[in-house]
Amino acid sequence: MAIWVFAEEIDGAPTPGSLELVSKANSMGDTAVFYVGAGSPEAFAVLGAHGAGTVYHLDTGDVLPAAPAARALGELLEGSDTKLVLFGMGNTDRDVAGRLSARLGAPVVANGLDVSLQDTVTVTSEILGGSLSVTTQVVLDGPALVITRPKVFVSEDTGGGSPEVHTVALPDTGRSGGATITERHVEASEGPDLEAAQIVVSGGRGLGAPDKFAMLDELAGLLGGAVGGTRAVVDAGWVPYSYQIGQTGKTVKPSVYIAAGISGAMQHIVGMKGSSTIIAINKDPDAPIFALADLGVVGDLHKVVPQLIEALKSRS
Amino acid sequence: MNIAVCVKQIPDPATPYELDGENHWVVRPNDQVLDDTDRVGVEVGLQLAEATEGTVTLFSMSPSGSLQGIRQALAMGADKAVLVDDEDLKGSDALTTARILSAAVQREGFDLVITGTESTDGYSGVVPQMMSELLDVPCLSFARGFSVADDTVTIERQTASGYETVTSPLPAVVAVTAGAVEPRYPTFKGIMQAKSKPVDTATAADLGVEPVVTQAVIAVEPVASRAAGELVEDDGEAYLKIVELLEEVKVI
Ligand SMILES: Cc1cc2nc3c(=O)[nH]c(=O)nc-3n(C[C@H](O)[C@H](O)[C@H](O)COP(=O)(O)OP(=O)(O)OC[C@H]3O[C@@H](n4cnc5c(N)ncnc54)[C@H](O)[C@@H]3O)c2cc1C
Ligand SMILES: Nc1ncnc2c1ncn2[C@@H]1O[C@H](COP(=O)(O)O)[C@@H](O)[C@H]1O
Repeated sequence: MAIWVFAEEIDGAPTPGSLELVSKANSMGDTAVFYVGAGSPEAFAVLGAHGAGTVYHLDTGDVLPAAPAARALGELLEGSDTKLVLFGMGNTDRDVAGRLSARLGAPVVANGLDVSLQDTVTVTSEILGGSLSVTTQVVLDGPALVITRPKVFVSEDTGGGSPEVHTVALPDTGRSGGATITERHVEASEGPDLEAAQIVVSGGRGLGAPDKFAMLDELAGLLGGAVGGTRAVVDAGWVPYSYQIGQTGKTVKPSVYIAAGISGAMQHIVGMKGSSTIIAINKDPDAPIFALADLGVVGDLHKVVPQLIEALKSRS
Repeated sequence: MNIAVCVKQIPDPATPYELDGENHWVVRPNDQVLDDTDRVGVEVGLQLAEATEGTVTLFSMSPSGSLQGIRQALAMGADKAVLVDDEDLKGSDALTTARILSAAVQREGFDLVITGTESTDGYSGVVPQMMSELLDVPCLSFARGFSVADDTVTIERQTASGYETVTSPLPAVVAVTAGAVEPRYPTFKGIMQAKSKPVDTATAADLGVEPVVTQAVIAVEPVASRAAGELVEDDGEAYLKIVELLEEVKVI
């Protein structure tokens, strides 16, 4: 009985999040990966190194992957006694998990922070901005589809060998499979990768205007860090979605997180509360972000941030 | 065009909610509001209806029988609503929710189903995808921009590093992001009209859906919270405190 992992290819390699899941699955048992993307010997080797024994590879080309992936994975699972399929929070992960659930009548447990498999699948998650931990047990036979949050498992190259790779033919999904991707656009951000950065400077609506992000770019540049933001500034179109930190954005765990003009809504906090040191600048002394800040400055960020930039410049 | 918009009524996020001790379900107060996320879906539906001389029908599963949130969406301009109101649906998981909503949408007929990307209180973020599978149509999810022409819907689909243009024939499900459009505020006239717009109710049995329990919450425990550190009022020199801390943690 294998544990299955859904993995998507982005930029020619399995996503970092999918490798975390492969490592986790490998710590629980035999691991089979359902891999969606162009595929390559290098990509399969990375999956194998993280513990995948078998890889089922589906290339959906320009077809929106969810419908064919859910059908093909569903067919593979139907003939097995698998109890657990792991998904990450990626868009395609969630699309496939939802469709597959409806196909198989299998439950989805979302937002998982840990998962275990005995006779049944048990998942822990947190609600209310991480103030309550909830343990959920699946009470239905058959596979449980568990969506876990990024960075809760550690991806580990354990030196596993090449996996057995099976190519999966693109199934005909009729009307469901009618969506195609006609263009792909990358909205590149400069500087280090937000999810990997050791220092994150993050801005919220308190910045007041989109051009104020230049100030945060400068600060991040001086510290060798990356810039992020809240959903409020992403929705306002000030910065691209790739900047978003939180429930529906990225999860960051840097050594230092500097929050400027961010209130600290629970959906934001879940994406950054794992940071080692949190510094917050907000003019409202009652802003919830201060409840988790190691250092909170009650003040106007338009004064404090430029002063901080000058101080750092004069040191170098 | 026949546009279905799924709207969830949720406890007012501004007031803290509780879990009942026995089943750990959210104790739903009687006055429930329209999920902010779904105001975006309603706005998208209204814009497309205006462009195509279509109608907007709201679909909601709200076991408490509350109508406040639905009236809010009707006040924005939606034409009518179908409310699935059934005690047996209390504590339903995402799949049961999707089965109910799909059956209700199917019964009314649809060209386009619009949902939010994730609800504020449940945020499983899989209901739209489940519905698309049950309705046997494509799911255009994470849509931050959209247009409809000649029985084709095209969206800008948010991705981790940018966006994709995705196009599909109708019928389809489109799940919109919170930033897709700016929802309109109801006018006074809209609020008055909403009171007399038709709201049909249905039960799970009417829709031929048998609720299935798939998961149980077996424990709820408080999480040790991160201790708050030092809070300083900026007196013009608070930035020095930040410099000091950055030195202390050795990043400068
Ligand atoms: C389902 C769902 C998912 C969500 N997902 C996310 C997510 O992934 N990420 C996310 O961030 N949010 C998410 N949100 C939104 C979240 O609830 C908040 O609305 C958002 O985080 C608020 O962003 P903000 O702090 O920038 O804005 P606000 O809450 O408006 O806060 C702005 C802050 O700036 C301060 N300020 C104003 N002027 C100044 C000044 N001159 N100097 C200093 N401080 C100043 C104010 O005091 C205030 O505290 C989600 C919401 C829902 C419902
Ligand atoms: N009970 C419900 N009634 C109506 N629509 C719902 C309900 N639950 C979820 N939805 C729709 O599905 C979207 C995603 O919800 P969720 O999967 O719960 O995060 C929401 O934004 C709604 O549009």
